[in-house]
Amino acid sequence: MKPVTQFQSCTVVLPNKDIDTDQIIPARFLTTTSREGLGKAAFYDLRYTDDGSEDATFPLNQAENANCSILVAGNNFGCGSSREHAPWALLDYGLKAVISTEIADIFRSNSLKNGFIPVIVDADIHAWLLDNPGASATIDVETATLSLPGDRVVKFPIDSFARYCLLNGIDQLGFLRKHREQISKFEETRSWKP
Amino acid sequence: MSKPKTLFEKVWADHVVVEETADTPAVLYIDLHIIHEVTTPQAFSVLREQGLQVHRPDLTLPTMDHSTPTTPVSTFKDLLVAGEDAANQVRQMEQNCKDFGLELLGFGSGKRGIVHVIGPELGATQPGKTIVCGDSHTSTHGAFGALAFGIGTTEVGHVLATQCLLQRKPKTLAINVEGRLQTGVTAKDLILAVIGKIGVDGGTGHVIEYRGEAIRNLSMEERMTVCNMSIEAGARAGMIAPDETTMDYMSGRPRAPQGADWEAAVARWKNLRSDEGASFDQEVTLDASQLTPMVTFGTNPGMVVGIDEPVPDSADPSFLKAIEYMQIETGKPMTDNKVDVVFVGSCTNGRVSDIEETARILKGRKVADGVRMLVVPGSEQVKAQAEKLGLDKIILEAGAEWREAGCSMCLGMNGDIAQPGQLSVSTSNRNFEGRQGVGARTILASPATAAASAVAGYVADPRNLS
Repeated sequence: MKPVTQFQSCTVVLPNKDIDTDQIIPARFLTTTSREGLGKAAFYDLRYTDDGSEDATFPLNQAENANCSILVAGNNFGCGSSREHAPWALLDYGLKAVISTEIADIFRSNSLKNGFIPVIVDADIHAWLLDNPGASATIDVETATLSLPGDRVVKFPIDSFARYCLLNGIDQLGFLRKHREQISKFEETRSWKP
Repeated sequence: MSKPKTLFEKVWADHVVVEETADTPAVLYIDLHIIHEVTTPQAFSVLREQGLQVHRPDLTLPTMDHSTPTTPVSTFKDLLVAGEDAANQVRQMEQNCKDFGLELLGFGSGKRGIVHVIGPELGATQPGKTIVCGDSHTSTHGAFGALAFGIGTTEVGHVLATQCLLQRKPKTLAINVEGRLQTGVTAKDLILAVIGKIGVDGGTGHVIEYRGEAIRNLSMEERMTVCNMSIEAGARAGMIAPDETTMDYMSGRPRAPQGADWEAAVARWKNLRSDEGASFDQEVTLDASQLTPMVTFGTNPGMVVGIDEPVPDSADPSFLKAIEYMQIETGKPMTDNKVDVVFVGSCTNGRVSDIEETARILKGRKVADGVRMLVVPGSEQVKAQAEKLGLDKIILEAGAEWREAGCSMCLGMNGDIAQPGQLSVSTSNRNFEGRQGVGARTILASPATAAASAVAGYVADPRNLS
């Protein structure tokens, strides 16, 4: 994973609550054996109409949002399945972060392992972002802050270990494998064996 | 005397290899890793790139369920029914298991099936274990008092390589379900009511423990239905303390402990309950006796209503969007809606008792004209048991389809889909937009409600059929 430190972008708003992983990437795109190239499937059923043309009313299809890499979404983004294809698809599409009042656990965990930043904010900040699509936002992983116009800077929660891995581009498997001795000892000394 | 502990805290503490600190998560040992074809190929690729082996093949249980056809498979060509990519994914799974020395419960094994159906039926799912799988409905296994949760593909790679995960300790939520369920009200209705009460994000960051008289009275298969849908309330896991019902279910299963090991295991399992006075971060209480058969009306499992109650109204834009997608009229009961498709199956309701309940309703009746009904057993063993009981004949005589085991129309990855605009009454777990096919409209319900709806041609109350 490449280090992720700080980025600035306009925001694109999907105001609906409970945007689930089936909306982020429908299950029929999960027959791949690769993690590459899933951007084309991101929000597929929302981006395209029944005849296969782009839905002009969907915010990600609108020209003014073409370069926005920060998504603002309604409460409980990423609920549903454990498919890591969801953050893979969002990243490959060109998005780097999602801001919401709540982000589902497994999606959040998967996102952090791939450099897609889940940003949880309070209801007031969220309401302002929903009302101001296109607003410029800066996400700083090191300080765990979201900076908005008018010198507003808010902290967001991020696990300190996930933050460290993001900043340094550290692969968590490497960290886990450093504990091989403790793992072997645990296997040998536990009171029962699975 | 030590502080009273919850069931979750006991299982967690028993698996901590390295304690968590402010800077680092805990290293948590995993006792059972169930894997399937959809969420593992990229994890095996990482193992290959880094030259790593599977650390504990003996604790890894591979099968195939999501991308597999529910028509008979004996050659590679038969797999193509589900599409070329799906067939390749299945073939890749076979190759990965071969290359990494894993015993795959694949076609022809007689033991293949949905990950969350085969773990329990083999006896691999046991009280007190930590169980993970690249599938969010891994919460199912919590019905045995295991700590079981879904993980992403990166984490699948972590468990394959080390048998461990990096985890922060979640919070706890007790859901107390007091009283008794009325006749005709099922475990599915109970969990839909729970999700309706706490919301689809009510359990986020928490592990649920289901407690109370109504939970104690459930069979193991019913408890699995309840724990299965914990994730639909946002929870990582759902647990139920093991008791005599659990021991009876476990006894004699091929991968359950045998002989002296069984006695030792039972002694250990009996301690797996929340201590008197143990505290939870949150508690919620429901009265089971007030519940009726439940059906969803919107596009998430929290949008749920009693079958004889009017669909509520709201001015919330997300609510209105869901109602528009579903083409449902508020203020009227769901029984006004005509049904196109009925699906009985999935890790939520694809076990023998679910097929029995379906057959009980279908016996001597016919699926209504214009309704397509699929009954898909959760595993090859469920299929064999159901056929031994003659349930397949009842289902076929009623005019429904009796299929091979798999996830099927729960998520429509294998070509089993509902058509755009069709209304599907489904015993699965998610009524998300497009979940069962582009434009398909899903109503979640119990097997009894699904079967009654198939017969009526409309969403129907199963209590009106004997």
